[in-house]
Amino acid sequence: MYQYDPIDQNLVDERVHQFRGQTSRYLAGTLGEDEFRQLRLRNGLYVQRHAPMLRVAIPYGMLASRQLRQLALIARRWDRGYGHFTTRQNIQFNWIALKDAPDVLASLAEVQMHAIQTSGNCVRNITSDPFAGIAPDEVVDPLVWCEILRQWSTFHPEFNWLPRKFKIAVSGSPEDRAAILVHDIGIAAVRNGAGETGFRVAVGGGLGRTPLVGHVIREFLPWQHLLTYMDAILRVYNLHGRRDNLYKARIKILVKELGPEVFARDVEAEWAHLRDGPATLIQEEVDRVGARFTQPAYETLAATMPEIEALIASDKGFAAWCRRNVHPHRVAGYAAVTLSLKKTGVPPGDATADEMDRIAALADRFSFGEMRITHEQNIVLADVRRRDLKALWDEAKALGMATPNVGLLTNIICCPGGDFCALANARSIPVAEAIQRRFDDLDYLLDIGEIDLNISGCINACGHHHVGHIGVLGVDKQGEEFYQVQVGGAQGTAASIGKVLGPAFSQEEIPDVVQQLIDLYIEQRDSDAERFIDVVRRIGIEPFKERVYGKADKKSQGGRGQLETAAS
Amino acid sequence: MAKLIRNRKVVEDSWRLLPPDATVEQAAEGDSIVPLSLWKSSREALIAAAGSGRLGVWLDGADEPGDIVADLDRFTIVAVRAAKFGDGRINSSGRLLRERYGYKGELRAFGELLRDQLLMLERCGFDAFVLRDSENLEDALAAFGEFSDQYQVSAQEPQPLFRRRLAAGR
Repeated sequence: MYQYDPIDQNLVDERVHQFRGQTSRYLAGTLGEDEFRQLRLRNGLYVQRHAPMLRVAIPYGMLASRQLRQLALIARRWDRGYGHFTTRQNIQFNWIALKDAPDVLASLAEVQMHAIQTSGNCVRNITSDPFAGIAPDEVVDPLVWCEILRQWSTFHPEFNWLPRKFKIAVSGSPEDRAAILVHDIGIAAVRNGAGETGFRVAVGGGLGRTPLVGHVIREFLPWQHLLTYMDAILRVYNLHGRRDNLYKARIKILVKELGPEVFARDVEAEWAHLRDGPATLIQEEVDRVGARFTQPAYETLAATMPEIEALIASDKGFAAWCRRNVHPHRVAGYAAVTLSLKKTGVPPGDATADEMDRIAALADRFSFGEMRITHEQNIVLADVRRRDLKALWDEAKALGMATPNVGLLTNIICCPGGDFCALANARSIPVAEAIQRRFDDLDYLLDIGEIDLNISGCINACGHHHVGHIGVLGVDKQGEEFYQVQVGGAQGTAASIGKVLGPAFSQEEIPDVVQQLIDLYIEQRDSDAERFIDVVRRIGIEPFKERVYGKADKKSQGGRGQLETAAS
Repeated sequence: MAKLIRNRKVVEDSWRLLPPDATVEQAAEGDSIVPLSLWKSSREALIAAAGSGRLGVWLDGADEPGDIVADLDRFTIVAVRAAKFGDGRINSSGRLLRERYGYKGELRAFGELLRDQLLMLERCGFDAFVLRDSENLEDALAAFGEFSDQYQVSAQEPQPLFRRRLAAGR
């Protein structure tokens, strides 16, 4: 966990002061609605369906127990006793009154937190692998680079008014667990043949209205040049990204219109002026930032614990939890554990203030007082002794956070949807719940195996539906909610965008449609090892289309015909 | 006479900002900031009309600052307009003019600007600001003190915080 130094703290405090002034001017009528909107967005405040929503940054997902307790306090004092963890490793509060917002920001600053640039057309929270720093397959620990990028992006004088929002993700492992290819910039920390650290840089990925997979524009950028190269990309985008059309303003459209090769050439030309300038990183700074991270005091432990292995052999429930929610650790005798926020009947990613306090207590007891928020909207305790797994399992069960479904169908990524969000065309949470209820048998879920099912309530794609193996998108047809289903999306190194199966379905039909897709998959797979996405890639989407529409066609063809027109 | 902020002070503005369709005749009246399009189409005539007087030019967000590089030392003022609130191209234009093209004269930001943008624009190299009419300029000066430091390099701060920190032994 990075610890602020006095300058870091001062900047966050000054931001609170600045926002307090802006809010007063707005409430006094001397700052216009539209201008204040732009300013409050840069402090995480949206005006939502019910009240302003405050989105708090959790930089690269790292959170300390004292910070989570402060979030619980905020939920109780200024909200309605809960918060919603998002797919960008942030937390959102849905009921903050505008007049209270400056006080909420001040209370965040007390624990080295903020809502800076969590919205608006600027560089957003940097996201990363929830297993950063502890994953056995990690080549480079991305955390120090994430923090260096956080500082670079915070109040960047040149890039605070970009054409559109800008999202950067960093991964340090061959297996990409940060979905870097669907970000405006995706950074893979790598080592070259000489063992030197550098970055493979992809640009122009993203979801939303125009889902695209990013293009690698530099295979190996030596680490010293990270910030000057970022400056070059952002400057090309700031000057040449489209500002005439909100829907064409993301960098992915610029990259697409220019072509990745031309875009890369423009970046290199810009970089030629910045390269080796004063913003070139130096080892002293990397060391300084690294030293400001707390380091867990790992004990020397045996890699396996006989009593834990025995329990796995004898207790099916514990074994399932270990298989799905316990993850390998680079240090012998330790494991990372996912606390699932995907209990059926609870909106995915939601946690109450009491739950936050209890999770904080678990982090203190089992994981050096730290945790990570994942982009799949769960919480990871990253440094748990294997011998404590049983005790932690018991605690997690008591909290309702031991659902052993990580990587399985019911670990649904889901946006807040029409129940909370002003942008949504349709509700998403009830759809997730209906699917979770349909697939509530653990043996069956384990048999289906690894699959990502993602739901978004509108085209903005906060629920990452494009990269779900099965993706569900809420659409609006004359005031009625319908749902498009797509298959074949994937995150990770083989990222792909799902293809829409056909006309949309009513909410009630969705569990049946998912069932049909799963049935076909089970029939078609060549072994248990062949995952849903593998089968889609092997046989294509046509058989899935036929299965779904062949059976359901007669039922509501008229309504679907209309919908198709609306969607086109 | 209109007022503006120059070098963190509220002062009278003796210059006239000419509209996009301005003519050389209008510019001949002296102390005029002419649109880039007029400069490009009537450069020689403008130089002749100005005689030993002063010249200014203004750019829009989409204009390329590189277009006036060869003439930069002729201008007392280079102004850049933010036609819409939130058009951040002006920030990049300012840095390019100062850092890449070495412009030393007055760099003026005007258009749809609020006090909340002053400090960042100053960091991007601007030293003169015409804000929206609704802004009280004296009050707006406080905005320059909103943030005491910055992580990044900029036109105003050539060294990033990490190098300054190291030099100061912090």
